[in-house]
Amino acid sequence: MTIPFPSDAWIKAMMADLNASEAYLAAAANWEGSFDFIIQVGGKTTTLYMDLWHGKCREAYEVPEGAEHKADFRLSGPVAVWQKVMTKKLDPMQAMMTGQLKLTGNMAMVMKNVRAAKELVESCTRIPTEFPA
Amino acid sequence: MWIFSSPTIVYGEQALSHLESLSGRKACIITDANLVKAGLAAKVAAALAPTGMQVEIYDRVEPDPTLEAVKEGAQAMLALQPDWLIAVGGGSVIDAAKAIWILYERPEMDPEAINPIETLGLGAKARFAAVPTTSGTGSEATYAIVLTNAAEKRKLGLGSREALPGVAILDPEMVLGLPPRQTADTGLDALTHAVEGFTSTFHNDFSDGLCLNAAKLVFRWLPEAYADGTNIEARTHLHNAATIAGLGFGNSMAALAHGMGHALGGVFHVPHGRAVALFLPYTIEYCVRGEEGSTRYVELAKFLGLHAGGERDAASHLVNAIRDLEAQLDQPQTIAACGISREDFERELDLLAANALNDTQTIMSTRVPEFDELKRLFTICYEGRLVDF
Ligand SMILES: [Zn+2]
Repeated sequence: MTIPFPSDAWIKAMMADLNASEAYLAAAANWEGSFDFIIQVGGKTTTLYMDLWHGKCREAYEVPEGAEHKADFRLSGPVAVWQKVMTKKLDPMQAMMTGQLKLTGNMAMVMKNVRAAKELVESCTRIPTEFPA
Repeated sequence: MWIFSSPTIVYGEQALSHLESLSGRKACIITDANLVKAGLAAKVAAALAPTGMQVEIYDRVEPDPTLEAVKEGAQAMLALQPDWLIAVGGGSVIDAAKAIWILYERPEMDPEAINPIETLGLGAKARFAAVPTTSGTGSEATYAIVLTNAAEKRKLGLGSREALPGVAILDPEMVLGLPPRQTADTGLDALTHAVEGFTSTFHNDFSDGLCLNAAKLVFRWLPEAYADGTNIEARTHLHNAATIAGLGFGNSMAALAHGMGHALGGVFHVPHGRAVALFLPYTIEYCVRGEEGSTRYVELAKFLGLHAGGERDAASHLVNAIRDLEAQLDQPQTIAACGISREDFERELDLLAANALNDTQTIMSTRVPEFDELKRLFTICYEGRLVDF
């Protein structure tokens, strides 16, 4: 069974995957900071939120449209780019370094915990995903 | 989509004279006290004289520059207000100068946050040139910056594409006096860049040829430059090789030997080149035991004229060639041989593994070890055993 992306069910599936990952737990032991994954599909923008704290995801949901909301980190881009990253056709670091995905937030936290970011993306790739046509 | 970056590279005898073509108001030479004593900073200052620029010298860079040191350097630049920064030194000096340049332009920035993702807008206050005095780090041709967080005993692999020097000047005269030990350490760093740049997951059409040629040049010329530092032909080729390797891995990435080397250097202050070269053969043994067909050792070994019957055979000949070269250079090939006691090693093993785990270069390896695997790998490298997992 595949889960549509982006959706509330999808981010909750990723939360379950992350919380089962030993590799993420070890890599993100020092990570503090919530994350917004911002996905542009056509003219619509969907925000999927994750509260990440020391190797665990404490909460995850799709942010309702118009809700007052801001996470510590924001990673945004068109769904086509997300799809390439999540199907391992595009390296996530290269996507960010060439501006195809835009990351904002405390960059010192990112640079000191790159493996955590890598494991986060690895988790994305494990979710059986259905992308918008 | 990917990007290839390179400074303007001026190389060969008399390359230093290119400095007279710079124009500006005030140049600040960023260097260390030893290089001032050795007269190398003065050589650069003399080469700058025809420009009419006022020349200042900032000589407070130390090996393995810390976050605090680069902040202090930036304060000095804010006081001096140069419009040219000229790094004269080895990797520590050039890396420090890059960070000093960034903080001079962006004083509000946290040096730990220097990253290749955000746009920094450098160049409003100054331009940047680098004159290497070692043949190895390739820092003059890369945007990588390694800084030490002393409190956390951790070396951080940072960088910004904008921090790439605009001009790199490779004058063999600047390395003629480099002692044999440093010649070997830094030359092997260049070899490690070449091998890792070719084999990392970021390898690409543009960097491949650079890495291959740099590896060949290091094998050919490093023993001679080590044996006779005044051999200008060997010095020239080795100096070029280091920058070519820098261009190669700088536009690809380094990998696991650098991740582990940064960790070892951060905790035990083993010089960078010595540390990464020590790990290189072990990481090749480790990577080739990963997913079949995931490495590029066959291509690399063949190019170097080594036997390459298959992936494992190629890796084993490559490992032997590197170890033979290291033996010729009297290089330590285990962590123990670096003079680190078993007790100290075991006390810091968790920290070594944790730092290597989250190093920016480790994740570019074709096989990326987990925390426990890193502990096993470090232990094997301490004892000098064969990687068997
Ligand atoms: Zn290096």
